[in-house]
Amino acid sequence: MSQGAEATEQTDTPAGAASAEAPKGSGLELRNLTKVFAGGVIAVEDVNLTVEHGEYVVLLGPSGCGKTTTLRMIGGHEVPTSGDVVLDGESLLALSPDKRPTTTVFQHFALFPHKSVLENVEFGLKMHGVSKEARRQEATETLEMVGLSELADRKPSALSGGQQQRVALARVLVTKPKALLLDEPLGDLDRLLQLRMRVELRNLQRQLGLMFIHVTHNQEESLSMADTIVVMNDAVIQQVGDPLTLATQPANELVATFMGDNNVIRGTIESRDGDRIVVDDGHVKASCIATGDDRGVGDAASLSVRAAGLLLAEDEAGGGAGVNHADCEIVFVEYLGDLIKLHLSAAGERMTAKVPGDLYERLRGSEGSAIRVNWKEEDVQLLAAS
Amino acid sequence: MKGSDTLREGRWSTRLLAVYFVLFIIFLYGAMIVMTVLSFNGPEGGVTFPLKGTSFRWWEALYNQDLSGSNADRIRAAGLNSLYLGLVTGAVTGLLALTLSMAFKRRFRLDGVVFFLVLLCLMTPGFLLSLGTSFFWQWMNIRPDLWKTALGTNVVWALPFGFLVMIAVWNRYDDQIEEGARDLGASAVRTFREITLPLVWLGVFGTFLFGFTLSWNEYDRTALFLTGGDVTLPIQIFSLTVVSTIRPDLYALGTGTTGVALLAVGVGVVYALIRLRRRGAGVEAETQVAEELGEVTGTDADRGITAGSDR
Repeated sequence: MSQGAEATEQTDTPAGAASAEAPKGSGLELRNLTKVFAGGVIAVEDVNLTVEHGEYVVLLGPSGCGKTTTLRMIGGHEVPTSGDVVLDGESLLALSPDKRPTTTVFQHFALFPHKSVLENVEFGLKMHGVSKEARRQEATETLEMVGLSELADRKPSALSGGQQQRVALARVLVTKPKALLLDEPLGDLDRLLQLRMRVELRNLQRQLGLMFIHVTHNQEESLSMADTIVVMNDAVIQQVGDPLTLATQPANELVATFMGDNNVIRGTIESRDGDRIVVDDGHVKASCIATGDDRGVGDAASLSVRAAGLLLAEDEAGGGAGVNHADCEIVFVEYLGDLIKLHLSAAGERMTAKVPGDLYERLRGSEGSAIRVNWKEEDVQLLAAS
Repeated sequence: MKGSDTLREGRWSTRLLAVYFVLFIIFLYGAMIVMTVLSFNGPEGGVTFPLKGTSFRWWEALYNQDLSGSNADRIRAAGLNSLYLGLVTGAVTGLLALTLSMAFKRRFRLDGVVFFLVLLCLMTPGFLLSLGTSFFWQWMNIRPDLWKTALGTNVVWALPFGFLVMIAVWNRYDDQIEEGARDLGASAVRTFREITLPLVWLGVFGTFLFGFTLSWNEYDRTALFLTGGDVTLPIQIFSLTVVSTIRPDLYALGTGTTGVALLAVGVGVVYALIRLRRRGAGVEAETQVAEELGEVTGTDADRGITAGSDR
């Protein structure tokens, strides 16, 4: 069914009540999706992903990792070199963007500067042949939903960034897409507004029960909003998981470093006792349970220890003798209010510890002094060999 | 002490700049002022100082063919030719510049070469272009004509300027706005009509004006392309200066056309100022409303934070 027919059929339903009729079907599938740009640059390589209706998925990665190209291929603004984009069992590849049941919220909002807020919001309905009265009513209701009905007659240039963001949202939601694509939607907003819009966006998505696919390079944003995070780098998916998994069990070194504040210990396996291995990088030894990994003594292995898992030695004892602790020098004490980020150096290797903010009295000005940190074995994660 | 020195220095440099400015204006407009003054010369007066009395005779000669020595009919005919040719040149240039520049929104093979080819006619000396084009028309067996040869050459001359204007317009254009429209269900044609054209029409109008202006005072490239009876104003003026003595009615003509141009610019500026002021006032009032709303409801995330302080 084309989006045109769908939108026309649903014109009597206020947008605010859309949650009652969230799309049904098998969801979105990316099958071996690949994009090679002219000149041989591989932007996206063999991406396979399934997104269910009502799911909030965040594509996360550094700039140039292929996340936006992936989004643009879903929306039809980029043609895949190979692979398929399938929504509810039907391939979207043959459909131009205007025929796809997807809509995009762009980073810079891409509002029509010559049209009023109301005209912007009703544009999609107009394109789908909805009568003037019906589309005006629906657009007004959607504007009410995002709290902007008082500003309907303004031009976008007379709105603040946050207001423009809401208009951009209202403009795509009014067409009742099956999948909403968001390309760095919070990137243009100041920090305070970003924090509030995260909550609002997520609430809106829950309320509507729509599939949201959100592209960002901001780890915190992805952790706070996503049902599922897809970490991409160098055109390839590195790990797919829920925020807790991504934060505590990074699959490989790349994810561990990109997710931020993970301490990576690269060394060789010193001993193996059943599933329990000890890795030594020459200065620091750490142990973890390596179920399903068959590397033996002498093999290279990398471990990740969460910054929040590092404890100051006098607070709590960690691992056994000589294992799961490090003697460090304090390089910098970064006070962040609720917590303190300690930048440490363990014989030249940088480490980061996050400790409660109430220790600041004790740690203030302690740069240059020696400190011992330790950690629990369960906070150590074996990273996949790369 | 030091402060007053700086002040004095500043005052002196301001005065020097003022003198320079006045001299510059005289340099720019001196000829035009002389022309205006002499256009009111007396009936016996010529095209040089001193004035021999004052009169409106030379202005009258512009529209009254019955005055002896008047070229009113020829000037009117040539003026109309120039006007029509200018309008059509402007329109064709606008259309071609728009479509041509749109091709350059994306890279294509040899786009750099094509770009410089388009600009080549801008760099070729006018008379050479005229000569070359006239050979070309002859070879094509097309006789000189206002609407064929002259129009063609005028468009070739104006197109690079219009093209550059449109390239500048596209440089400031956000392609994502079009993608947004496509996303919302607009076909390519609909997107062009509803979004693209309204956003760039001012640029297209600019290329139209460019085409019109260039054609209006075009001489070099048109000289070889007109037959005796069907000429444009610049060529008519030139032929009048060649075949008979120059008389102050040409000054009146020059002053008149300059006056019309200045009037058009003035009206445009006043219109723009009024619109700008009205829009500014509107935004101010609306921002105030938004701020009040933010205060009253207190629920809106950003109204309270960023209303009125944004880009």
